[in-house]
Amino acid sequence: MEVTAGWYMALGAVLFTIGVSGILLRRNALVMFMSIELMLNAVNLSFVAVGRHTGNLDGQIAVFFVMVVAAAEVVVGLAIMISVFKRRASASVDDLAMLRQ
Amino acid sequence: MAELIIFVLFGLIALAGALLMVLHPNPVYSALGLMATMLSVAVFYVVNSGHFIAAVQVIVYAGAVMTLFLFVIMLIGVDRAESLEERLPAQRQLAIVLGIAFLGLIMLIGGNAWITAPVGGGDANGTVEAIADILFTDWLLPFEVTTLLLIIAAVGAVALAQYDPVKRDK
Amino acid sequence: MAELAWVIIALPLGGAVFLHFFGQRLKEPVAGVVATGTIGLGFFLALAASIDFISGTGEPESVHLFDWIPTLGANAQVLWDPLSAVMTLTITGVGTLIHLYSIGYMHGDPRYGRYFAALNFFAASMLILVLADNFGLLFVGWELVGLSSYLLISFWFQKPEAAAAGKKAFIVNRVGDFGFLIGLMLILSNFHTLNFDTVLQNPARLITSGTATAITLLLLLGAAGKSAQIPLFFWLPDAMEGPTPVSALIHAATMVTAGVYLVARTAPLFELAEFSAGLVATVGAVTALFAASIALMQRDIKRVLAYSTISQLGYMFLAVGSGAYVAGIFHLVTHAFFKALLFLGAGSVIHALNGEQDMAKMGGLRRLLPITHLTMVVGWLAIIGVPPLAGFWSKDEILAVAFGEGGWFAFLWVIGIVTSLLTAVYMTRWMMLTFWGEPRWSEETRPHESPRIMSVPLMGLAAGSLVVGLFNTPFRPGLEHLLEPAFNGVAMAHLPSGATPWALAVVSVGVAVLGTYYALARYRGAETWDRALIAGRFSGLWRWVRNGYYVDDIIGNLIVLPSKLGAAWTAFVFDTDVIDGSVRGIGGAVRRLGAWLRPLQTGFVRNYALVTFAGTVGILLWFVSRGVG
Repeated sequence: MEVTAGWYMALGAVLFTIGVSGILLRRNALVMFMSIELMLNAVNLSFVAVGRHTGNLDGQIAVFFVMVVAAAEVVVGLAIMISVFKRRASASVDDLAMLRQ
Repeated sequence: MAELIIFVLFGLIALAGALLMVLHPNPVYSALGLMATMLSVAVFYVVNSGHFIAAVQVIVYAGAVMTLFLFVIMLIGVDRAESLEERLPAQRQLAIVLGIAFLGLIMLIGGNAWITAPVGGGDANGTVEAIADILFTDWLLPFEVTTLLLIIAAVGAVALAQYDPVKRDK
Repeated sequence: MAELAWVIIALPLGGAVFLHFFGQRLKEPVAGVVATGTIGLGFFLALAASIDFISGTGEPESVHLFDWIPTLGANAQVLWDPLSAVMTLTITGVGTLIHLYSIGYMHGDPRYGRYFAALNFFAASMLILVLADNFGLLFVGWELVGLSSYLLISFWFQKPEAAAAGKKAFIVNRVGDFGFLIGLMLILSNFHTLNFDTVLQNPARLITSGTATAITLLLLLGAAGKSAQIPLFFWLPDAMEGPTPVSALIHAATMVTAGVYLVARTAPLFELAEFSAGLVATVGAVTALFAASIALMQRDIKRVLAYSTISQLGYMFLAVGSGAYVAGIFHLVTHAFFKALLFLGAGSVIHALNGEQDMAKMGGLRRLLPITHLTMVVGWLAIIGVPPLAGFWSKDEILAVAFGEGGWFAFLWVIGIVTSLLTAVYMTRWMMLTFWGEPRWSEETRPHESPRIMSVPLMGLAAGSLVVGLFNTPFRPGLEHLLEPAFNGVAMAHLPSGATPWALAVVSVGVAVLGTYYALARYRGAETWDRALIAGRFSGLWRWVRNGYYVDDIIGNLIVLPSKLGAAWTAFVFDTDVIDGSVRGIGGAVRRLGAWLRPLQTGFVRNYALVTFAGTVGILLWFVSRGVG
């Protein structure tokens, strides 16, 4: 059987779901952040697959830009995380519940 | 045929890496799992004619971003494992249920809409020349904007690193 | 000349506006002089404009000033015909004398300027009422005189009784106005216009007798409110809280006559509705008797005159109800003279005794207030109907016509005669208690005659009371000829022919003399008869009479008290609990809703992510349900 673009997209969907569950289930801030990266990768995969199918490079360009933005986001996000968690012993996001009513 | 084998093999690696990332208590192992996933995805890029993108994935994502993650993990000193106990009520159950629902719905929706036809059109030639060609002509504006974005991110990171409330009080 | 009719309105109106803004800043008599000037000038203009009518060559004319509500036929249009001319002359003539009197009477009052502004405003309003060409403008004047009456009754508003009296007058008037308005609506729906010409020109072609009855009954309600007839009379005695010239002008000579004018003006409609006309006459006669009986026992010098006014107005209603429109208007004019005279004289007495109004503390003022006394004698003789003074001619014409109509009206004649008897008794009592007999006041009060500015109007009015009656005697019915063109098309009732009027005249004069003699005899000892009645056998009955048959108390308990309770309930129960409560309830509900939703804000990022994810799943579900995939 032929591996079509649909297969890659299905795989991307599964990876995406795993990434979402990572956010919801893990308390460690860094693991949550990594889950976000996983989600982005899954989406990138879908882009490339579709791009291959349609035959033009728009999908890959999209991936390019997603990567750039993700990189920038990681930089800033980790900087923030360092600032916030340097003072604490733990990296648990559950400790950041000061907006609680 | 070859593609099928590659797909199955590296698909499993990708899934394993993802699951490792989500499930392992130790964040270092999570990072390594993610790295495995990313490398598999890079392979898929190659298979789909995204050669340049694959290279960028390995260099930037797997190389720079994940390394950065590991640095931060070490820096904050959370290489210890976190407890697996869930303290928020219903979080775990709901997350699992919703996750399965989500996946099911996506598959349902995508099942008919996703492309099941074989590869059509021409080869999406993802070489450096081709990408450069398109990037610096059609997509010049987004390119410049993202450049700006990177600069801002770099500046922001430096500023955040500089900020130390204890020092300021002195 | 009719084109100048609007100037007669404009003069006092302008005076009122001017005095409203500048009156308080003028030095004492200036405001009064200005006000008197506007009315006086108006009188001469009216006289000039009426010459044609007097000589018999004039034609009724309608002068259009400006459009107001053309679709309703209600424009600012002035009707100058004999009836409005007579009314205008009366208003401006008596009004000028009363304004003149006020200059002296209100001397020293801190709101001198305001008083004259209000008085001029009243005059302008009354003139609008009588000069209107259509019901719309008439109603405007109607309402404005009601307003002026309120302003002037409560002139000394710091006194709670005065403020209450003003309110009472206005509210009772309102009840009448309600009837009036509905009557106007009926007129509008049947005639599609409010213009007198269209409505009153042979109304039989457009409406049935039944409709006319409905309309006229409603108009009667309005007239009863304004002219203090049963059942809306009880505001007038309280209205005596106002300054005496006000009582003279508004509550004797002019405003209260507006109801009579209304009935006379709408005579063609009453022609179609025999029942209403009969009711008008009956209400008038009964009110006359009723009020006269109450006047017998009053101690306040002005209240006697107030009830007397109600009684005399009853005579006028009797007249116009029996079809004797001329007689009714004639009595209106003569009454204006002698009642204003009596009121101003009472004012003179009050002024002399430094504000005393209780007749129990008067007496023996004959020599100390000679001019006042002399003019009061004229007034007294006029009201009890002694020939050849004015009251005799007018009252007798009314009675004679009523008798002549026969049937029910003849019965009303009996009531009228009995009222004449009572009138003679109470008016003689009034004179005795005030001027004759022994003084019952202390030496310090030192009564003095009024200044000339007050006595001159008295003399003017006395002269009028002597002479005005001669305008319409059976020998020379001048007024009848004058008013004929205004009532064309209406079958007016006339004096019965032959010797009947003379016989009746003898009867009424005889009755007057009888009453006078009786009172003179009984009141020799001043108040003793009053006291004797109260203490004697029918003490309860007499106490009942003295308190006006407790009408005020009945109304108070039947209508005012429930209204007050209703208002209190609405304000303190309904408003605070229901309305405020629902507002508070909404606030409380919002707060409770907020408190109920607050637990959602756990502060945990993962919870928020979960909810967001759930939303995403929801959207996907929606897509699926719509048939995608």
